[in-house]
Amino acid sequence: MKLKYIGQIVCCLAIALSLSACSNLGVKPWERDTLSRPEMQLIHDPVEAGLDDHIYFSKEASSGGRGFGGGGCGCN
Amino acid sequence: MQLNTSNPIETMTHNQIKKTPPKFKKIAPALAAASCSLLGITEAIAQENNGDWKFDVANLIYAESDSRVAATEPVFNATKTYVDGEILNVKLVFDSLTGASPNGATPSDTAQTFTRPSGNGEYTVDQDENPLDDTFRDSRGALSGNWTAPINRDWEYTLGAYGSKEFDYLSLGLNGGLKRYLNQKNTALNFGLALSADTIEPVGGKPLGLSRMAIPGSGTFDADFDASRADSSDNKSIIDALFGVTQVINANTIMQFNYGLSLSNGYLNDPYKILSVIDTTTGANYGGNYQNAGNNVYLYESRPDSRMKHTLYWQTKYALDNGDVIDGSYRFMIDDWGINSHTLDFRYRWDLGNSYLEPHLRYYMQSKADFYQRYLTSDEFTSGSIKEASSDERLSDMNAYTVGLKYGYKLSNDKEINVRAEYYMQTHSGDTGFGKLTSQDLYPDINAIIFQVGYSF
Repeated sequence: MKLKYIGQIVCCLAIALSLSACSNLGVKPWERDTLSRPEMQLIHDPVEAGLDDHIYFSKEASSGGRGFGGGGCGCN
Repeated sequence: MQLNTSNPIETMTHNQIKKTPPKFKKIAPALAAASCSLLGITEAIAQENNGDWKFDVANLIYAESDSRVAATEPVFNATKTYVDGEILNVKLVFDSLTGASPNGATPSDTAQTFTRPSGNGEYTVDQDENPLDDTFRDSRGALSGNWTAPINRDWEYTLGAYGSKEFDYLSLGLNGGLKRYLNQKNTALNFGLALSADTIEPVGGKPLGLSRMAIPGSGTFDADFDASRADSSDNKSIIDALFGVTQVINANTIMQFNYGLSLSNGYLNDPYKILSVIDTTTGANYGGNYQNAGNNVYLYESRPDSRMKHTLYWQTKYALDNGDVIDGSYRFMIDDWGINSHTLDFRYRWDLGNSYLEPHLRYYMQSKADFYQRYLTSDEFTSGSIKEASSDERLSDMNAYTVGLKYGYKLSNDKEINVRAEYYMQTHSGDTGFGKLTSQDLYPDINAIIFQVGYSF
């Protein structure tokens, strides 16, 4: 499927960007005011994220990604 | 259920405000307070540094159309952040499920009668109706705790434990994580490991894979039912490993990339799912239910006893100059059951001052498992050539869409009330059968609403 290959390319680019550019990217400590805002946390609302993960784990064959995919439920 | 969603991989920006080596213990609060005021960070965060508790309560309602599954799920979440940067999190979740769930059989041009999973009683589904087991009912309680603390200025660890109990299911888990900061904390490397030991005690006992469902009302029902069952319980173990990189790109952008490996071993069947056997004999019943001694044949599903999943996950958050935040993520999953999936998720947080609106779009697609079959043919049944089969719609070719909107209102600096409403739709596709079966809808859509109210204080 085309989408599959697009996804793999996106992921490869993300790895490359993460690993190769670490030394060039980033900010000084005094430039973190925006990044420190609660809504800029990667998981801004853990309760909502947990509830969503529960729903999709129960209804689809995939889980995890941003956290552990795990088990903990007889629903799948 | 609850997934163990505790994530050892969190952005470092929030934590580093709180993280201070022990030798600086006494001046830490003063420095943190000074930094916070310099940066304009809210009083709420400064108070957290003094060891305040933060609480989140929420209630979720999930309801599918056509009287299918409905769930109510209240959550209580408490987080305490200590002066030295340690974070304690405790989360309590309850679940209450009712409604009807597909049993896996195909609809038919005649009414169908099924034995209840317990073996006590039967239920009948009208002709041309999707067979749903209306006894689906469960409740669950889950408790989890996590402790995160700095080791020194570059390292941090997380330890957690988890337990949940349903009527027929017990899950116990432990997890741990390590985080290493690099490059002036603009980069964080993360490693997490989670172990879970689950026990399932199916109602009526554990069905033998591909054994025949006992015929309701049969003179040999008790003996047939016992013959379809193995032990009363079985186990499943899950090991999850997660490797991640979190990178600050610039003053407005942060990105995360994770690789996850998940290994499941043990009893992976759904004990309540069955398959229809469809007649391939040329004649009037071609494509109808295959019958043996005048009774339809249904078989309990049988899946492999292990599964290995690989997951790649990429997320980026970008803050616009006007205060709005864009949140996009992509996940790719592939496993040794032959399933691969793509998930795209997009949120736009529209800043309205004391409140915000957040539209949400999600797209999910998956390919079917190798052993997924909507039904078995009578040839496959009589030859015994099939060793693994499941008609569980969650293992089929699938597309799913979520459209939602969330509204949040800040009552004060550290108090927020929010509400969200979402619409979730699943479509399935696959083999449409032969003969009489082609006139049946083998892949009905699922339509559901998700409604959540939350309060943080």
